[in-house]
Amino acid sequence: MRKGVRNWGPPLLLVSPTIIILGIFVYGLIAANIQVSTTNRHSLSPESEFVGLENYMALLSEDRFLHSLFNLVMFTVVFIAGTMLFGFIWAWMLDKGVSAEGIFRSVYLFPMAISFVASGVVWRWLLNSAEGDRASGLNRIFESLGLGFLQNAWWNEPIWGMAAIAMPAIWQLSGYVMALFLAGFRGVPQELREAARMDGASEWKLYRYVVFPQLSPIALSALIIVSHMSLKVFDLIMSITGSIYQTEVPATYMWVTLTSNDYAKSATIATILLLLASLFIIPYLIQTWRSEKANR
Amino acid sequence: MRKRRLSLIAGVALAGLTLAGCSPASESTDTANADQVEVFTWWASGSEKVGLDALVGVFNEQYPDVEFNNAAVAGGAGSNAKAALASRLEANNPPDTFQAHAGAELTDYVAAGQLQDLSSFYADNGLNEAFPATLIDQLTSDGKIYSVPSNIHRANVTWVNVSVLEGAGIDPNVAPADMDAWIADLQKLKDSGIETPLSLGTEWTQMQLMENVLIADLGAEGYSGLWDGTTPWDGPGVATAVDHYGQLLDFVNSDYVGLDWDAAMQLVLDGNAGYNVMGDWAEAAFVQAGQTYDTEYTTWATPGTDGIFDFLADSFTLPVGAPHEAAAIDWLTTISSAEGQKAFNIAKGSIPARTDAVASDYPAYQQTALKSFGEDTVVSSLAHGAAAPSSWSADLSSAIGKFGADRKSDALIAAMVSAASSALG
Repeated sequence: MRKGVRNWGPPLLLVSPTIIILGIFVYGLIAANIQVSTTNRHSLSPESEFVGLENYMALLSEDRFLHSLFNLVMFTVVFIAGTMLFGFIWAWMLDKGVSAEGIFRSVYLFPMAISFVASGVVWRWLLNSAEGDRASGLNRIFESLGLGFLQNAWWNEPIWGMAAIAMPAIWQLSGYVMALFLAGFRGVPQELREAARMDGASEWKLYRYVVFPQLSPIALSALIIVSHMSLKVFDLIMSITGSIYQTEVPATYMWVTLTSNDYAKSATIATILLLLASLFIIPYLIQTWRSEKANR
Repeated sequence: MRKRRLSLIAGVALAGLTLAGCSPASESTDTANADQVEVFTWWASGSEKVGLDALVGVFNEQYPDVEFNNAAVAGGAGSNAKAALASRLEANNPPDTFQAHAGAELTDYVAAGQLQDLSSFYADNGLNEAFPATLIDQLTSDGKIYSVPSNIHRANVTWVNVSVLEGAGIDPNVAPADMDAWIADLQKLKDSGIETPLSLGTEWTQMQLMENVLIADLGAEGYSGLWDGTTPWDGPGVATAVDHYGQLLDFVNSDYVGLDWDAAMQLVLDGNAGYNVMGDWAEAAFVQAGQTYDTEYTTWATPGTDGIFDFLADSFTLPVGAPHEAAAIDWLTTISSAEGQKAFNIAKGSIPARTDAVASDYPAYQQTALKSFGEDTVVSSLAHGAAAPSSWSADLSSAIGKFGADRKSDALIAAMVSAASSALG
């Protein structure tokens, strides 16, 4: 090994463009955003003065923002529960063995390739809340199948409406969670399974006591990825409903304030969203860093 | 030897990549050429583009030496264009002229010192006489005028399906006198079996319906007073309007929250609803469906707003620091001229701002609008940026959307009061 600069110089040089670009366009702009959120620039006029945390205090006590946070929490909970459940079940079924496994894998994974905007347009029609004579989409399907009692107002429901918006998201991202879990399942060594079988474990006990515990790191990383995706949800909501009160989340609220030229308020919402996402990501990063350090 | 050849190839590749990054700037704007005007709009498709093309035709006739540079930005009913415009103004790189809704939506730009005063332009071109006096009032802020309207739309029009009303025994040619009479008619329609007498759509259409009710219950002066603080938002007039609006919501289609305006209008076109309150761009939908005015459909001023013209206008401005100011003034002269306004409005389906327009040039609905514009009191539309700046109307839009969900009148009035106080300072 060469010593000193000749050791770490070339790798640093190779990575430096990325570091510079990230430094300017990600971290530099985050810092600029936080700076704008501490001013009182609520219009196009460039004059602004430092007001500290006033914007944050005002926002956190505002009914509309709290309502959007409630919508976000409702969406996140249903979305995470749905994707983890479906992803896990599908991966488990595929692991148990099925004849056309490649086809099933592709079918489940394929929706992830569609953009939220494109699928949002179709789901907008499916989730139309008209019932009875003018029903279309899912309500009409229920009616024609004789399941008329299942008709409901979907995302127009006062409290549970966001769960309906989570449906397209679950449909699209369960395949991704399934792929993660399937990799986890496949990563359990055959010797462990054979040893358990030789010791007299039934199939269920095999899964319950040998395989599932090994999946907990996978489950954790899937949980983290899915939860930070759901915190940022914007394009799905915009394409299904546009920016309206019933389905408002912080990201769409930020868009509305930005287009009304209230720069300080939208910067504040953006910073709060960043903090919310960090709440999930940073402990995860610390934990992986610690475990990598322990393994070295 | 192999390593050296590899590093030679890598070096050549690197040099090639660096050269590729040094391509010459592809900017073709020639700022030394004073004979061009860059016009920034969101008229990139549909009847709006047809109208713009007609305007350009007249402009090329009137000013053959000036080149028209189309800087239209498509998408989002103008929100993409407004975002692009905001960043250009911030970078001190304004277009020669840009499109904006006339009225209060301009206050953001005016307050930031980005627009030039056009009062002298109005005086030079005789526009103070050509445009109605009440329109000039609505366009003037602090004694100055900042834009030139190219077309006028009316936002207090109720579109009526004739056969649906006749089926319930209501005369479609006689507008109800006020909100209470209209609500009685709506009840009659519902009792005769029409499930959704009034069709409604997403948040901005709800705001438009609300503004119609406010005009009906407050009158022209009361309504105009809402926007400068003279009419209180927690007064009896607004309380009556909120009450009427709540009653109207009992007659609308249950899925209104997710419908855009054309899907809501489709209910009237198909005979599933009797009434829809919409601006007169809806005329194009009826024409496309092959329906004839006064036969399958008719219009009246929303009940209670007879004698009032609720206007919204697309207009052009003169930014501070426009690169080709003389050419921009030429453009403004064309759009405010009789030929320019006629060409544009016949193509787009709206009416000209000038009172010297010849009515027989225009189709049936526009003739009624022209007559009303010439005689009635003009007030500004809330839902289309004429009455309130964008942050105030966004707050009201959210409050009205919330009211549709929870029907709490007190919360709505409180929200409207706080929106007004944060906007008026």
